[in-house]
Amino acid sequence: MRFDKTEISLALVAIACVLFGFISPGWLIFLLTIALAKALVVQGVVMQMRSGLVSFGQGLFYCIGGYTVGMGGQFFGIHDAIAALALGMAVAIVVAMILGLLLTRYRDIFFAMLSLAFSMILFGILVKSQGLGSTDGFNVHNWTLFGWAPETGADSQQTVFTMTIAAGLLIAILIHRYTKAGIGVICEAVRENEVRVEYLGLSPRWLLYGNYVAAAAVSALGGGLTALATGHVDPEMAYWTTSGEFIFIALLGGLGHVAAPFIAAIVFSVVRTYSIEFVPNTWQMILGFTLLGVIVFLPKGLWSLVSREKSGERT
Amino acid sequence: MTNILETRSLNKEFGAVIAAKDLNVQVAKGEVVGVIGSNGAGKTTFINMVTGYLKPTRGEILFNGKSILGHSPRAITRAGMARSFQVAQLFPEMNVLDNLLVALAAAESPRPSFLSPLRSDARIARAEEILAEFGVEHYRDSLVTAVPQGARKLVDIAMALIGNPQMLLLDEPTSGVSMDEKTGLMDTVMNAVRQHGVTVLFVEHDMDVVERYVSRVLAFYSGEIIADGKPAAVLADEQVRDLVTGHRPTQKKGNGAS
Repeated sequence: MRFDKTEISLALVAIACVLFGFISPGWLIFLLTIALAKALVVQGVVMQMRSGLVSFGQGLFYCIGGYTVGMGGQFFGIHDAIAALALGMAVAIVVAMILGLLLTRYRDIFFAMLSLAFSMILFGILVKSQGLGSTDGFNVHNWTLFGWAPETGADSQQTVFTMTIAAGLLIAILIHRYTKAGIGVICEAVRENEVRVEYLGLSPRWLLYGNYVAAAAVSALGGGLTALATGHVDPEMAYWTTSGEFIFIALLGGLGHVAAPFIAAIVFSVVRTYSIEFVPNTWQMILGFTLLGVIVFLPKGLWSLVSREKSGERT
Repeated sequence: MTNILETRSLNKEFGAVIAAKDLNVQVAKGEVVGVIGSNGAGKTTFINMVTGYLKPTRGEILFNGKSILGHSPRAITRAGMARSFQVAQLFPEMNVLDNLLVALAAAESPRPSFLSPLRSDARIARAEEILAEFGVEHYRDSLVTAVPQGARKLVDIAMALIGNPQMLLLDEPTSGVSMDEKTGLMDTVMNAVRQHGVTVLFVEHDMDVVERYVSRVLAFYSGEIIADGKPAAVLADEQVRDLVTGHRPTQKKGNGAS
């Protein structure tokens, strides 16, 4: 298997991040873990945006990934982190395969609102489920990694951080290849001209369906990692504001590169954390102005700063 | 000669408007058929029905003797009938090469690869051959939106031909193209079509183009076919002159029909 320049760069950055984790304070490792796990969910949003669909309900798969990890440990004795994450992805794939049959019939705002509706249905079910802790959710059982149980605290935090980096690298490489592969480019072609794609003998709907299912799996992985990192899941994971946050990060980063959601998620987390720290009552306003600034000055997201630099363009 | 396309009593109604009325058309393999008619005569409706974009109200459509009525556009394309559009249907945010690469990938398989790159050396080489065949190789890396209308039309038709169709339907291939470019564009298209051995049916408003390239003309008026035959005979028909062309046919400039 040959790796291109982007993939090698991603791997080097991932290694640097893992090493950085050993010398970083716990709060920073935690912040980065959550940011990178959310970036995986955003990758799912971006995959769909590239094909012209905006999901207002990606929290559905984030929540499915998180709850499956939590329920696997609590109710089914699945304590191995990798098995629990894989199960979360599998459940998300099954759900996406069912919902996708309906959702991929719709475009534009209709797709967006339907995806939001399904996410809110899950939120409603979880809120009413006493066995799953209702609005409080429940704690994730202590997990193991190939039989090894990291000690609660710094050890566990470091392990889940490394796992998130590894998962992020693997997904980033796969998505990088996917966007350059036949299906990835043709999904972009669907966004640009669905009629032409149909008259090339392809089914835009089934292309979007495959893309939707793949995006669901990636987002569920992000949800599962978040559950492992925080040790807790609650219905808020499926709430519309959570899905809105993923769109916010997607717009912040832009669609230009597979690394953009990771950068945007970190920027978002830092801005939010410090906004809450310094202006606790108006932190949402700070985030709002940040997004406004990006939309006005960098309509293609933060990544356009890098791509402009690369092409020698200056503003 | 066997018919590649046959329509039987094809009708299309949009409420009270009758866009197509009892259209009985047979196109033999290898023919180059021109469709003429004033605006609203039903020409594009006919192409849209045959290629699955519109569902006829009544009637039957046979392609290679098999019914394609109710089939999706992609199924009809896969069966061997391709089309181009009055306004070139391309992917505007991609360059010309990528447009062709997408068409090549689609022609290779209805299930595009998840991980192998679209830009393979073999595919790029094939796309460059096609660009050269259509004389648009200098637009290889240009965004579609930066390419002149004539070249866009050629790329659109090239994309339709990539899947090696048996029949090609062209909806006004020279519309929006300057008078100077028309002959060059049609020569390029007809050369490619002959090389691929494709049956062609095209809608055209320019009678010089019709006379020059087709072996048979169908004249549409108000959703009906009012004349069907050799170009000279149809264009000389009094009813066609009154209702469609509005003028006497020009002297033949040479027969480009195959």
